[in-house]
Amino acid sequence: MSEAREGTLLQRILDADSRHDPYPLYDRLRERAVFQEPDGSYVVTGYAEVAALLGDPRLSADPANSPAPPSPPFSFLNMDPPGHDRVRRLTMRHFGPPNDPGRVEAMRPHLFGQATLLIDALRGRDEIDVVADVAYPFPVTVVADLLGVPREDEPKFHVWAEAIVQAADWDPRDRSPSAGVQAAIMELGAYMMGLIQAKRRDPRDDMLSRLANDDGPEGALSSPELTGVAILLLLAGHETTVNLIANGMLTLLRKPDVLARLKAEPGLETPLVEELLRYEPPVHFTFRSTLADVDAGGVTIPAGSAIRLMLACANRDPARFQHADRFIPDRANNAHLGFGSGIHACFGAPLARLEGQVALREMARRLVDPVLLDEPPPYRINPTLRGPRRLRVRIAGVID
Amino acid sequence: MLIAGASLAGLRTAEALRDAGFGGRITLVGDEPHPPYDRPPLSKQVLSGWVGADQTELPALRAVDADWRLGAAAADLDLAGRSVGLADGARIAFDQLVIATGARARPWPVAAEAALDGVFVLRTRGDAAALRARLAARPGRVVVIGAGFTGCEVASSCIDAGLPVTVVEATGAPLLRALGDTIGAFAADLQGAHGVDLRTGVAVAGFEDDGTGRLAVVVLGDGARVEATVAVVCLGAAPNVEWLAGSGLAAGPQGLLCDSACRALDTAGQPVAGVFGAGDVVRIEHPRFPGEPLRTEHWGAACEQAAVAGANILRADPDLRRIDALPAFWSMQFGACLKLAGAPERADATVLLQGSVESGRFVVGYGRGDRLVAVATVNQAHWLSFYEAQIRAGAAFPPTYRRVDAPISPQKELAS
Ligand SMILES: Cc1cc2nc3c(=O)[nH]c(=O)nc-3n(C[C@H](O)[C@H](O)[C@H](O)COP(=O)(O)OP(=O)(O)OC[C@H]3O[C@@H](n4cnc5c(N)ncnc54)[C@H](O)[C@@H]3O)c2cc1C
Ligand code: HEM
Repeated sequence: MSEAREGTLLQRILDADSRHDPYPLYDRLRERAVFQEPDGSYVVTGYAEVAALLGDPRLSADPANSPAPPSPPFSFLNMDPPGHDRVRRLTMRHFGPPNDPGRVEAMRPHLFGQATLLIDALRGRDEIDVVADVAYPFPVTVVADLLGVPREDEPKFHVWAEAIVQAADWDPRDRSPSAGVQAAIMELGAYMMGLIQAKRRDPRDDMLSRLANDDGPEGALSSPELTGVAILLLLAGHETTVNLIANGMLTLLRKPDVLARLKAEPGLETPLVEELLRYEPPVHFTFRSTLADVDAGGVTIPAGSAIRLMLACANRDPARFQHADRFIPDRANNAHLGFGSGIHACFGAPLARLEGQVALREMARRLVDPVLLDEPPPYRINPTLRGPRRLRVRIAGVID
Repeated sequence: MLIAGASLAGLRTAEALRDAGFGGRITLVGDEPHPPYDRPPLSKQVLSGWVGADQTELPALRAVDADWRLGAAAADLDLAGRSVGLADGARIAFDQLVIATGARARPWPVAAEAALDGVFVLRTRGDAAALRARLAARPGRVVVIGAGFTGCEVASSCIDAGLPVTVVEATGAPLLRALGDTIGAFAADLQGAHGVDLRTGVAVAGFEDDGTGRLAVVVLGDGARVEATVAVVCLGAAPNVEWLAGSGLAAGPQGLLCDSACRALDTAGQPVAGVFGAGDVVRIEHPRFPGEPLRTEHWGAACEQAAVAGANILRADPDLRRIDALPAFWSMQFGACLKLAGAPERADATVLLQGSVESGRFVVGYGRGDRLVAVATVNQAHWLSFYEAQIRAGAAFPPTYRRVDAPISPQKELAS
């Protein structure tokens, strides 16, 4: 098939047909570290260039500065300093250091308990769907409990969440988020607003209650700010982790030697999850725009350009990683970009890591003789938040 | 192969030599009785009691298989005879020599006063252990003399421990000498906000004891008298070069002069075959900052110079490695994380690049003429590598490009 019919290399990558394996296309994409697409936007593929641009103050994550806003804005994910720093800092007060350092580690028993329940429920089955049975419900429950979102509302926000993340399917030919997305955001926003009011009246021991009633030195977030934060955390907290767990299980099923090592070596899950974030990252790219002319990879990106930073492509850059195409579960010096880098580096990373480690270790340990049934499995169409839609696995049982 | 000085620079040189495939014998001569340990924690985690003074041993990056002569000071260098004499009278012959004898705390200049019980300096593990023990005994007011990095960190640790602190600084503000007005003013406010009794623009005139050899009063140049039983003298470090006197090397109170390949220079300015220098002891020609050689008394510089010296011992002229990294330093004080890259001593102007001083989160740029030569971040370390790349690229000063969190109207100031 000709390039003309297929469109550019990037368009082929975005095409749903490439979703199961974009990596050969990434290798070709990386032949140019930085280049311009016909629509005027720029693509950055090399590790050094992506890492540098993520730390470059001449780039903005605020859609107001973009000629082509990729998706509706989500709180501090799409803000620039100083506003970004303030909202992130106030949110962090109830999630980690310096104000609340033990927060994530204290969730470990709860995480372990949830994973155990989900895997216990697989007893008696000979076929499971890792996505529907574990990878999806696990992080949803965890983030809902963290925030204090009633679990029984999960079906509601599942529908909204699915509709909203579709907006990340940025199609250069159709830039405005669809009416459905707008409606879903409105509804989720209204729901969160109501929930936050309830937390103000009747605070519980959860993150939204603490954020809503904060009396820290910098004051509290305003209600609209807090609503935006709650939506961001809810979405970022599960639409990504589901892919980490599903991509992780898929990788283990494809590499029985690694699965065997994980079973045999306590602690291997820690570097293994880092290698997954490099090798099969849940987030494949992110967007920025330039506030000034920026030189990168021998190209001058003019002020006012939209940029796509190809995190997953950079993660396989042989100039940065030895044997970049090999999955090395105990890889040393693994400074992957799976969580991004710079001021927008993943806020939830400590929790996401722990979730991935617990879920993968417990599945590896407890599922007897798992066999992958679809190769490749069907994928979600989203090219940014990439992962299997379904991951059918035959098992010979579940041990304690 | 002889390495004089068995601390950070000495150890890392030995490791670099082995990395480069050197198979011969390596002897390390060190004045201190301990295996190499790390100094940065001494004014931070050790003083605040998080880490014991004897727990900062430097991790070996690889086996060096060396002959360690610890507790032995080098006393003289005979270049022609290619040997080093030790304080105990022994002589060690060498083919190649690395000088890594570091620096020592500059003591209080009046010996009798410096010897009073309660007067401390901070350079070694022993210094830190003694000071930590005294602070843990809750001595009442502590006077810190000199508000450079070490002095500020000591004051910060004392405040953390709930001790009243007076800081005496001869210039107009803490850190002013190293980092200029903007950071100086910020550091002064920070100390004030944390309850430090900061006295600037005044020097300490002397110490008085209680009649039994114990410190009782610190007397300032303006006549003020501060009652205290502990004074920490933080007047900077002096390079350990006395043992090189008369050797023919260009060594003086500013340090041992080296070229950018870490080769020691002789008094005629020529590199001496087979003799190298690394770490706090040297004053080095930096390829990125032509002109006066730099004193870079920083951890990272010691590591880089050690790596370069170690590699060059096995190389000859066209293949020599040169130092290249920007001088870089970090400091933690009063909850603020301060990082520095470049050569602020070269600057003739500063400008606020991002953030605001009032918010306690900002970036300051240092310019020489129309070039950016250094940058300091306060609680904004994530922008450091961007500006490092700018300095390396010879970026214009002051920058005019649009950027996030740029001050409304950046004020260009003349450095003091
Ligand atoms: C309290 C404190 C805090 C610091 N904090 C920071 C920080 O936050 N960031 C940073 O970048 N840097 C910091 N530094 C600086 C950093 O520790 C030094 O740059 C580093 O130690 C230099 O290593 P060196 O091996 O060159 O010298 P040194 O560590 O001084 O070692 C030299 C060694 O040689 C020995 N010696 C001296 N004379 C002789 C002789 N004649 N014969 C044999 N041996 C001899 C000495 O006893 C010593 O063991 C700090 C230093 C101190 C003291
Ligand atoms: C494996 C799971 C996860 C992955 C791979 C991931 C990845 C990322 C990436 C790449 C970014 C940077 C985006 C950018 O630079 O534009 C990011 C930001 C963010 N993530 Fe995650 N994430 C994960 C899980 C989580 C979880 C569990 C939470 C919340 C509890 C979370 C909350 C956030 C937030 C709030 C941001 C915005 C940070 C900012 O802009 O300052 N993420 N994440």
